Amino acid sequence: MQRINREAGFRAREDRLKDLLVRGLAGDNAAYQVFLTELSAHLRAFLRRRLVSLPDEIEDLVQETLLAVHNQRHTYDSAQPLSAWVQAIARYKLVDLFRRRAGHEMLNDPLEEDMELFTTADSDAAEARRDLNKLLADLPDQLRLPIMHTKLEGLSVREAAEMTGMSESAIKVGVHRGLKALAAKIRGIT
Amino acid sequence: MKTEDLITLLATGAGAVAQPPAAQRYVVAVGWGAAGATLLMLLLLQVRQDLGQALLLPMFWVKVGFVASLAAGSLFAALRLSRPGAELNWVPVALALPVLGIWAIAAFTLIEAEPIERSKLFYGDTWKSCPLLIALLSVPVFAAVLRTMQDLAPTRPRLAGFAAGLLSGSVAAVVYCLHCPEMGAPFIAFWYLLGALIPAGVGALLGNSVLRW
Repeated sequence: MQRINREAGFRAREDRLKDLLVRGLAGDNAAYQVFLTELSAHLRAFLRRRLVSLPDEIEDLVQETLLAVHNQRHTYDSAQPLSAWVQAIARYKLVDLFRRRAGHEMLNDPLEEDMELFTTADSDAAEARRDLNKLLADLPDQLRLPIMHTKLEGLSVREAAEMTGMSESAIKVGVHRGLKALAAKIRGIT
Repeated sequence: MKTEDLITLLATGAGAVAQPPAAQRYVVAVGWGAAGATLLMLLLLQVRQDLGQALLLPMFWVKVGFVASLAAGSLFAALRLSRPGAELNWVPVALALPVLGIWAIAAFTLIEAEPIERSKLFYGDTWKSCPLLIALLSVPVFAAVLRTMQDLAPTRPRLAGFAAGLLSGSVAAVVYCLHCPEMGAPFIAFWYLLGALIPAGVGALLGNSVLRW
């Protein structure tokens, strides 16, 4: 009975999150924001269970995974279960973290099952230790300015282009590359 | 930065995602790479002189069919391995079938042949250069495919690198068919496969460092 309830809950959440993401990919930014917010709670619970010995890393890794989900959102195929896609990204980032820490901890993951990620949630966000603002400030201007104007100040691509004297496509490319560079910086320093 | 703020940053102005599907990108990459390999082949080697006659022989098409289906199988593998959480399912079978097929033909050829001809069927005249030339021709495809893969999200980088290498090696082998004079199934079954496996091995070695994201 419990198993059936859990499965129904998982289905409902999978459908809901998938709907939000698909709308987000089609250009609905509000739906996309809700998707990322709900996803972050699932990621937090998922990672907390695997980082028992490294509680300080949890929020950093939640953020890193969210950034990866965003940067790679074009690889999501709506024919595919969303949980499988997200869980593979989260696990990849987790393994990457362990690798960076020179294999002191091994990935101990006995609970491997497809449903896990969406059946638990944790919205109690601790402070991340890593300051993304600082990393952002280190990016070269042609990557930093597009992110600053369109993402932090909320200007449109056209307004940002006028303000910086860059072309509209340079703004779009700058945002895309800038967020990827941010992800690369995170991998390099921790 | 708080996670909430990061989410706002990511969602603000995110807009619609309008990127060509992965399959289309790979086809373009393989196309450019194959063009590069053909150019290399024309510059360094040359088209076999009896190509017109060879085209009429079934063995020529067995050879092309083997490497072309290996290329198709590894394209599917590369596609699946570029997307987080995608299962490989039947892809290993699709890769194994052409290999088992050519091995069966090779075994049959060797059994049927006179004992004295067997080593000629296996070594041909060009066994020393064949795998290396295929590996050389694979370089343009390898670079183009790896570049495409870097824009996607392989969560198993070693395996993804292997698939990228095998794809480039087998496409290069298709191009190499236009030059190579060998027509023995045992030769193809071993040396061509070895040629395609060289870039695959390089890809598996490079995967962890080149395909990280």
